[in-house]
Amino acid sequence: MSKDWPLWEVFVRMRGGLSHKHVGSVHAPDGELAVRHARDVYTRRLEGVSLWVVKSADIVASDPAQAGPLFEPAESKVYRHPTFYDIPDVVKHI
Amino acid sequence: MYTPELGKPGAAAPVSRRGEARAFVAAVAARVAADEFIEPKDWMPEAYRRTLIRQISQHAHSEIVGMLPEGNWISRAPSLRRKAVLLAKVQDEGGHGLYLYCAAETLGASRDEMTEALLAGKAKYSTIFNYPTLTWADIGAIGWLVDGAAIMNQVPLQRTSYGPYARAMVRVCKEESFHQRQGFEIMMAMANGTPEQKEMAQDALNRWWWPSLMMFGPPDADSPNSAQGFRWRIKRDSNDDLRQKFVDITTPQAEFLGLTVPDADLRWDADRGHYDFGAIDWEEFYAVVRGEGPVAKERMEARREAWEDGAWVREAADAYEAKRQARAAA
Ligand SMILES: [Fe+2]
Ligand SMILES: [Fe+2]
Repeated sequence: MSKDWPLWEVFVRMRGGLSHKHVGSVHAPDGELAVRHARDVYTRRLEGVSLWVVKSADIVASDPAQAGPLFEPAESKVYRHPTFYDIPDVVKHI
Repeated sequence: MYTPELGKPGAAAPVSRRGEARAFVAAVAARVAADEFIEPKDWMPEAYRRTLIRQISQHAHSEIVGMLPEGNWISRAPSLRRKAVLLAKVQDEGGHGLYLYCAAETLGASRDEMTEALLAGKAKYSTIFNYPTLTWADIGAIGWLVDGAAIMNQVPLQRTSYGPYARAMVRVCKEESFHQRQGFEIMMAMANGTPEQKEMAQDALNRWWWPSLMMFGPPDADSPNSAQGFRWRIKRDSNDDLRQKFVDITTPQAEFLGLTVPDADLRWDADRGHYDFGAIDWEEFYAVVRGEGPVAKERMEARREAWEDGAWVREAADAYEAKRQARAAA
């Protein structure tokens, strides 16, 4: 592992109006070369109009083992969804 | 996320070797059975991780070594169009190797170790790439048959249980279709060309047919690890089923080309709704697996040479980055 260049996560914006989406990773000594490698590896067929690279080690992620407690509060709050409310059919445009 | 730093084995869950671990194994098995995906940071059984690293890295090595048989025809392509196409195809194979190395790295494998294993001749890769490419027709036969067989192997893997592997396969499959079509186009041109060209096409089919059938691996009866592979959803179809499917699809294509499949026992079986085909020489297969393929040595020499020839580029990039950092620090 010691000799490996740092790992960079690659994000591609498919076209204007869309957000960047994670597509994979590349090894490179610096960000500029990471962008070049990302272009060759992930956009050989007009897959994007913009690239981001982020050092993998800089990403902080949630713990999948804690996914239950972490996301449970959202699950129990069904009243955040419009379908929770019963409105008679005669009422229109609501 | 795609990072070994985040995905270190056992980082997320307590791994006492006994009770808890067994409960986790059962939980992972249930998720796999429910067609869910396992992601890098999820806890996973050590055997699952190891098997995946082996399978994905071998797959990656196959893509990288797979560049060589075709690469040596780039400079001899018969037209600029063919040259541009072949260059793009070979570049795709390099890309496939990189997607797959990335996927293996999410399991804790290091790129450096995988590269070293390949260059040291310790890593396995698909036996098909240890056969030589003797004429331009071989480039057609490889695209048509070898990429065709690869597609058939890879399509089911798009739904394999390990997320990064499945996603890599989705990208790969999207790109493979052009590989097969450009190969078939070469075969059409040769088969409809001069008698000598047609003969070359037939000769290429003769040499690549059986090795292509071997790409699906040993007969089901001799694949002891298959059951585990099915349970973990890192294998989705049996070797023999895929091989049969390949023969069924490819035989009419050979007929269309006006070429003869080199198998005297090949005939349509109306009752089965499949083609019957002759016995495969598994001795040859195992010999190639053992590294006795016709050009196995040349392939590894070419890889090492490419790696060594590229050393100055890697060193220059390192030196540049060190200088940039030193300047930033000053
Ligand atoms: Fe490929
Ligand atoms: Fe291919």
